[in-house]
Amino acid sequence: MKKLVKGNEAVVIGALVAGCDAYYGYPITPASEIAHAASEYFLPLGKVFVQAECEIGAINMVFGSASSGLRTMTASSGPGISLKMEGISYLAGAELPCVIVDVQRVGPGLGNIGPEQSDYYQVVKGGGHGDYRAIVLAPASVEETYRMTIEAFDLADKWRTPVFLLTDATLGQMMEPIDVRQEPTQRSEKPWALDTKPESNNNLVTSIYLDFDDMEVHINQLHDKYQQITDSEAKAEVYGADVPDIVLTGYGITGRMLRSAVDLLKDQGINATLVRPQTLWPFPTKVYQQVVKSGVPVLSVELSRGQFVEDVRLSLPGHSVKHYGRVGGNLPGLDELVEQAKLCLEEAKNV
Amino acid sequence: MSKVFEKSTAFFDTFERKPSLQKTTHYCPGCGHGTLNKIIADQVAELGIQDRTIYVGPVGCGVFIYYYFEGACASAAHGRASAVATGISRANPDAITVSYQGDGDLAAIGTSNAIHAANRGENMIVFFVNNNIYGMTGGQLAPTTLIDQTSTTSPTGRTVKNDGFPLQMAEMIAGLEAPTLVARVGVNNPKNIRQAIKVIKRGLEIQRDKKGYAFIEVLSQCPTNWKKNPVEACEWIDEVVSKQYPFGVFKDIADEGEAVERPCERVEFAAVAEQLGLVDKVDKGDQQIEMPRDEMRFKFAGFGGQGILSLGMMMAQMAMQRDMEVTWLPSYGPEMRGGVANASVVVSKNTIGSPIVDDPNVLVALNRPSLEKFGPLVQADGLIIYNSSLIDQVPPDLKGKAFALPATDLATEAGSAKAANVVVLGFYAKISGMFSLDDLNSFLGETFKKPALVDINLKAVKAGWDAAGETKL
Ligand SMILES: Cc1ncc(C[n+]2csc(CCOP(=O)(O)OP(=O)(O)O)c2C)c(N)n1
Ligand code: SF4
Repeated sequence: MKKLVKGNEAVVIGALVAGCDAYYGYPITPASEIAHAASEYFLPLGKVFVQAECEIGAINMVFGSASSGLRTMTASSGPGISLKMEGISYLAGAELPCVIVDVQRVGPGLGNIGPEQSDYYQVVKGGGHGDYRAIVLAPASVEETYRMTIEAFDLADKWRTPVFLLTDATLGQMMEPIDVRQEPTQRSEKPWALDTKPESNNNLVTSIYLDFDDMEVHINQLHDKYQQITDSEAKAEVYGADVPDIVLTGYGITGRMLRSAVDLLKDQGINATLVRPQTLWPFPTKVYQQVVKSGVPVLSVELSRGQFVEDVRLSLPGHSVKHYGRVGGNLPGLDELVEQAKLCLEEAKNV
Repeated sequence: MSKVFEKSTAFFDTFERKPSLQKTTHYCPGCGHGTLNKIIADQVAELGIQDRTIYVGPVGCGVFIYYYFEGACASAAHGRASAVATGISRANPDAITVSYQGDGDLAAIGTSNAIHAANRGENMIVFFVNNNIYGMTGGQLAPTTLIDQTSTTSPTGRTVKNDGFPLQMAEMIAGLEAPTLVARVGVNNPKNIRQAIKVIKRGLEIQRDKKGYAFIEVLSQCPTNWKKNPVEACEWIDEVVSKQYPFGVFKDIADEGEAVERPCERVEFAAVAEQLGLVDKVDKGDQQIEMPRDEMRFKFAGFGGQGILSLGMMMAQMAMQRDMEVTWLPSYGPEMRGGVANASVVVSKNTIGSPIVDDPNVLVALNRPSLEKFGPLVQADGLIIYNSSLIDQVPPDLKGKAFALPATDLATEAGSAKAANVVVLGFYAKISGMFSLDDLNSFLGETFKKPALVDINLKAVKAGWDAAGETKL
């Protein structure tokens, strides 16, 4: 049935529907409602909820419960995600499934609690040490936040890897209806888990391989897996004209606003198409290559001075991609986006 | 007690998890770690808890305890073993969770995690190996290094001025309420080993009985970094180290306490649905509503406490029940603390793009700053409802059609000034035709639980409805 909830609460409802067993977190605006809702729902259901002493504590508790085969999650915002990064590297190294939510706020430093999309490098390119990747899902609505949280748990189990849900202050704080019902989820068997069965006496969860050759084998195996994920899990929404005059691209809240911009441009006789990545790693490179024909200008919008745009450019070698960013907690207005699109078209004509 | 030279059954026969030399340990000759490992394994075997025991290793010389213990093992990041063990213990309420940590690991980088696990009284046993040095990384200063003791980062000896005092972890942890057993033992001579065995057995029994948190500090010799031969190193513990770190049982309340049960349930969807309040509610999705346009963009503004955010939420909730697409976005944080709050609400027949309303079709302004701030954003075809109870002067630059509604006065008459938001709801429903009075009444009846509140709100919504008279948009 339909329920009007904040994006942050949708995360917790999605987690419950996915059968999440344990939540560990530490408060931070604008992510705190996730911890509020988790404490409200998890404890009476007999599930695990612990407010940790800090984000480092929380992510390492996640490590412990994920090692034990539980569906486990944590959530935070920029400063807390920075603290979690060491643990995330260990989770990736030890191939532990878990879900990490980053409700992005403004940085660097303490920044402020407004929306930004400036954790892109940290989350998508791997803020922790070592040669690892984590799947990153980027919802653009509360309903998608809910759905993707469920999906995140399945992907984490399927690939034995940490999965990020990357939202922002706007998506976390806004309310929209979600349609809550029982969903089929694919909880994997975890014969490797640490538990009290005699069979698990030989189980070992670690990321250390002292022998260089063993370590190389391990890293290579991780990357074989990452290649499979790249080949099979990349996703994007494409919306608008079949033969566009201009391609607009952005993820999350920005992608959603660009969808409105596509409609407004159409009213003014301009054919625009939106490419909105739903996975940021793996990045939907193929979608860009299919949609963006040579000579068609691309406008990339994000709430940052230019991080996401780097992956757009890498997906479209030789193609000129214009970046437009707002920062500090400000969101662009729709008229502003329309104006930028026209400017981009204009500049392309003059080249 | 088992024989000294027999390998414990809680150890692997050969150390298959070790890449080379699978018959020997990785510890230096004479190291205290090896002796401690053996005592733990013996006691685990003797208590018959091997299958239930899960070990968490640290980063430090204890990093490879999983080579030896035949049991489920995790290796934690430097300092984080107590947090990892928390996650394991919570996930496995029946497990004996062992956290094994050095003094750099537990008393420097991981102090916070260690103290908080202790303070929560987690069901776990922590072995704190105090060799007053960083063994693995080459003999650097530890928080436990003695005054004047040299190390590779205190070449002329530890000074209080530069490095502070040696940290007495057992005494610190014993000062907390939650821990069940806190002790300091040694593994440097047969007498100390006998005492260590006793205390460790006690700690493991406490775990078997789920009686909370046990902390056992172990003074352990590191001949290699102390630059002493094994015999000298063992003697130095008795002669010098134990003067700073006295042996003893600082706390043992196991006989007084109850078992600590922390559930970890797998829950069916039905229980989740009940918890979320999803049962026994009917969607009214088939009844569409009339709207002045396909997409309505509202801005509700006022000061904190006027119920401005909940007014937006009521609008969104009612529209959602009629199968409309809706978004609700609050202003929050410092702005709200400063006294002015606003909510953007979009109600649409189609997918909503931007949830941000910077060009409202309808502005509800319950105080003057809100009207001044947002009023000018409303275009000529837009509508402004302002609270004339509190606003006597209307800014001259308004383009939209403005309605004066004495919302606070009408609400006060209905029984509470706080119901001004509901007065507005009644007023707007009437002039827009979006909801009938019946819709409003049944919604308010469901929303407010206390009968007195329902009564006030029904009066307030009627007052707003009536104030609209025959005005239509
Ligand atoms: C985050 C991080 N910082 C530093 C290190 C390097 N390091 C490894 S072991 C260690 C100290 C170990 O000392 P201790 O905990 O006393 O254990 P011991 O080796 O003496 O048994 C350090 C600093 C690390 N692995 N990770
Ligand atoms: S360095 Fe010290 S603590 Fe480490 S194994 Fe050698 S003797 Fe033991």
